[in-house]
Amino acid sequence: MGMMSGKLGILKKILTSLPRQSKPSLITTVWSQDSPSQLKNYSLQNPRLVLFSFQNLKFLTLFDFDSHIVLISSFICFADMARNYVRFLALILAISICCEAAIFRPISESHRSAALDLFKPIDGSFSSLEETYEALRTFEVLGIGNKLDISASTCPSVVEVLGSSSSNLKTLFYALRNQRILKCALKEEILKGVSSKLKAAVNSASALPDFYHSIGGLVLIKDQTPEANVLLDDAEGVFRSIKALSQSDGRWRYGSNNPESSTYAAGMAFEALAGVISLAPSEIEQAVVATVKNDVVKLFDSIEKYDDGSLYFDEKIVNGHEHQGPIFVTSSVIRGVTAFAAVASGSLKLPGDDMLGLAKFFLGIGIPGNTKDLFNQGFHAIDSIPSSNCPFIDSERPAQGVSVSSVLGYNTPPLTVTLVQASSSSSKSASIIENQELKFDHDSSFHVLDALPKSVDIGKYLFTFEVVLNDSENEKVYATGGKTQVPIFITGVVKIDSPEIAILDSDLGSIETQKKLDLAGENSVTLSANHLQKLRLSFQLSTPSGKAFKPHQAIIKLRHESNVEHVFLVGNSGKQFEIILDFLGLVEKFYYLSGGYDIQLTVGDAVMENSLLKALGHIELDLPEPPEKAARPPAQPVDPYSRYGPKAEISHIFRTPEKRPPQELSLGFLGLILVPFIGFLVGLLTLGVNLKNFPSSAVPAIFAALFHLGIGAVLLLYVLFWLKLDLFMTLKALGLLGIFLIFVGQRILSHLASTSAKLKSGDLMTDFDPAG
Amino acid sequence: MWCADTCTCRFVTLFGFEQVAYMAIVGSFPFNSFLSGVLSCIGTAVLAVCLRIQVNKENKEFKDLPPERAFADFVFCNLVLHLVIMNFLG
Repeated sequence: MGMMSGKLGILKKILTSLPRQSKPSLITTVWSQDSPSQLKNYSLQNPRLVLFSFQNLKFLTLFDFDSHIVLISSFICFADMARNYVRFLALILAISICCEAAIFRPISESHRSAALDLFKPIDGSFSSLEETYEALRTFEVLGIGNKLDISASTCPSVVEVLGSSSSNLKTLFYALRNQRILKCALKEEILKGVSSKLKAAVNSASALPDFYHSIGGLVLIKDQTPEANVLLDDAEGVFRSIKALSQSDGRWRYGSNNPESSTYAAGMAFEALAGVISLAPSEIEQAVVATVKNDVVKLFDSIEKYDDGSLYFDEKIVNGHEHQGPIFVTSSVIRGVTAFAAVASGSLKLPGDDMLGLAKFFLGIGIPGNTKDLFNQGFHAIDSIPSSNCPFIDSERPAQGVSVSSVLGYNTPPLTVTLVQASSSSSKSASIIENQELKFDHDSSFHVLDALPKSVDIGKYLFTFEVVLNDSENEKVYATGGKTQVPIFITGVVKIDSPEIAILDSDLGSIETQKKLDLAGENSVTLSANHLQKLRLSFQLSTPSGKAFKPHQAIIKLRHESNVEHVFLVGNSGKQFEIILDFLGLVEKFYYLSGGYDIQLTVGDAVMENSLLKALGHIELDLPEPPEKAARPPAQPVDPYSRYGPKAEISHIFRTPEKRPPQELSLGFLGLILVPFIGFLVGLLTLGVNLKNFPSSAVPAIFAALFHLGIGAVLLLYVLFWLKLDLFMTLKALGLLGIFLIFVGQRILSHLASTSAKLKSGDLMTDFDPAG
Repeated sequence: MWCADTCTCRFVTLFGFEQVAYMAIVGSFPFNSFLSGVLSCIGTAVLAVCLRIQVNKENKEFKDLPPERAFADFVFCNLVLHLVIMNFLG
C-alpha cells in the first residue's frame, strides 16, 4: 500500500501538474487493409498508405451505482434495468476531432491487460480492503473476474472485520463491498449485528463520510439479503440532515463544522441520498427530492472543459495532499448522480452534451497505469502509445472504411454515416465531396466510402462526418455527437523531373560542369569549384494530376570533412525548383574552409509518398586563405562519451631537490668538530679535572653513578630522537628518565651538599678556634 | 674547575664559529639545522658561564646558593636545551 500510495502520489502530481492541452491520449487508430483486425500505428516517416478506418465508438456512458468505476460496470446494470434513466446513455461518434484532439478508444484488451498488470495481489491478497475491492470490481467489470481468485485469502479477513465490534464505518463499508463480490459464507447474526450497528451510526452521524459509509453499507446489506431489516426509521430526517450540508453552488461540505466544500463530497452526498431514498420505508416528500435535483443541475453548471470537448469536474480549491485530481472527483460525482437518478422517481434531465463530454474525458485518457486510476477509469501521464498523426489516405487505393463499434465492443443499433463535406485545408475553395453516404459492408462491419472523385489531388483535407440513427426510437437512448471533423491527408507520388547539378563560371554564367542526377537511385557526382564559381541545383516537382507542388521541405546541405555544415533552402517558381550557390559571397560563411564537401538534398512533405533525403555527391571547394580576423568555424560537438575515455597522461615534475654539499666537505667538517672535541676531553684530563668530590662510600657512590648514567641515558635518548624517534615517544621516555634522574640527583647532590657543609662548618670551626 | 669552565666555553664557541663557516661554504639549505647547531653551542656556553658565576665563591650575589644547586640547574637547563635543539635539528 505504501508503494501504491507512493506511485499514486507521483501520478497524482503528474496528473495535476499536466497543462490542460497536453492530454496524453493521442493515438493513431489505423486499420491496415490486409489485416483489418489489427490496429497499427503509422508514423509520418512511412508515407505508405494505409487504409484507414477508425473506430466509431459507441459510448455507453454507464454510471455505476455503487462503485468507483464509472463507465464499465453499469453496462451490466443497463442490461438489467432498461428503465427511463437511460438518458445518460449516449452514443457518440468518436472520430478524431482534429489532429490535436484525442481519439477515443473503447475499452479494449489493453485495458484488461493493464488491469491484470496493476492489480497484482501480494501473496494472494491485497494490503487493504479498499484495494481489494477496487481490484475485484475492476476485474468484474472488465470481464476478467475469473482471473482474480483471492476469495480464499480475503474472505477470512472480511468475515473477521464484519464480526468484530471495533471496526469503523469505513472498514465495514469496504468489507461489505468485498462481500458482495466474493460472496463469502457469512452467518446471519453477523449481518444482523452489522446492520444494527450501521443503523445506529446513521442516526448518530453528523459528518458526510459517516453518512456515506453507513448508508452505503445498509444498501449493500439490503442488496445481498433482501429480508434483512435495514430500513431507516427516520429516513426523511436523515435526508434532510444530509441535504443541510449542501451549498448553493451545488457542492457539499464534509461536515457541519467544516466550512470547506468540495465537489467530491457532492458525489458522496448524492450517493448517500440515493441510499436513503432506497432505504426509506415510505416515500420521501417529492419537494425535498426536487431540491436535490436542482443541486445536481447546479453542480453540472460547474463542469469544466478541455479543448477537445471532454468535460470533467474538479475541485475549485486545491487542498494540498487531499486533492485527488479531476478523475477522482468526476467519477465520484457521476457515481452519485447515477445512483440518485436510479432511485429518484421522475427523470433527471441532464444535457446530452454533458454526458458526451464526460464520456470523452474518461475514454480519452488512454491506458491507465495506476490501480486507483484504473479503478477510476482514469489514467496517468505516461502513454505508451505513440503520439498521433492524422490518418492518411492513399489516392490510389480509394476504398475507405469507417467502422462503428461500441466502447465495449458491442454493436450499435442501425445507423447511417454520411460524409457531409470534404474540403481542402489549404484553399478556401468549395468542398470537393458533398453529402456522400457511406455504404455499410456487413462482412467487415465497416461503413465504406467508394472511390474518391478523380479531381481529388494530393494534399490536406478536412472531412466532416455525421451519424444518423436509423431508428428514431433509439434517439431517446443514445445521443450522437453531431458533426465531427477529421483532417485527412491524401498522399501520392510526386513527380521529380530533370534534376541536375552544375558548376557555373560567375562572370560569364557559362556552364563548366553539368551533371544529371537520378533522384530515384544512387548518385555520386564529383565536382570541383573555386571561390569564383557558382553551384546550381535544379529540378521540377509536380503532383500526379500535373499541378505545381511546393513541398514542405526542399533543402540542400553541404558538409565539410570537418563536419561543419551549411544548409540552404531551395526556392521555387511554380514547378521549377532551383538554387544557385555563389561561392564568392559565401566564402566568409564557409569560414574559408577549403576541401571536400558532401552534398545532400532533402525534399519532403507529408503528402509526398516519395520524400527523399539523398546524398548527391562530393564537391571540392577551393577557397582563399582566411584573413587574420576571420571567424573560426564553430566547434563541432564532441562525442559525449569521449569524456569517459582515457585522459592525457600527466607527468609529474617533482621539485628539484636543493643542492647539497658534496659528501667529502661534510665529512671534513665533521672531522673538524670531532677532533677538537677529543682534544677538549684530553685537555680536561691533562688539566686534572678533579673527581675528588666523587663520594667513596657505597650508597652515595651508587647514586652518583646512577646520576651520571641517567644523564648519559638522556643524551642517548636525544640521539635516538634525532635518528628515529618522534617527539611524543621521546617526551614519554624523557619523562620517565627525568623522574628517575631527579630522584637520584637530589639524593647525591644533597649528600654532597651536606658533606661540604660539614666541611665548611668544620673549617670554620677550626678557623674560629678560640684557643689560638 | 676554573680552567675547565674556560676550556668549555672556548671550545664551544669554537664549534659555533666552525658551523658558521660551514654554512658560509655550503649554503644555508637546512637552515633549521644550522640554527640549532649554532644555538646549541651558544646556549651551552651561556649555561657554562652561568654555572661558573654561580659557583664562584667571590661572587657576592650568589653567596647563599649552594653550588650543588647551581650544578643541578646547569644540568637541567642543558638537558632542556638539548631537547629543543634535537627537535629543531630535523
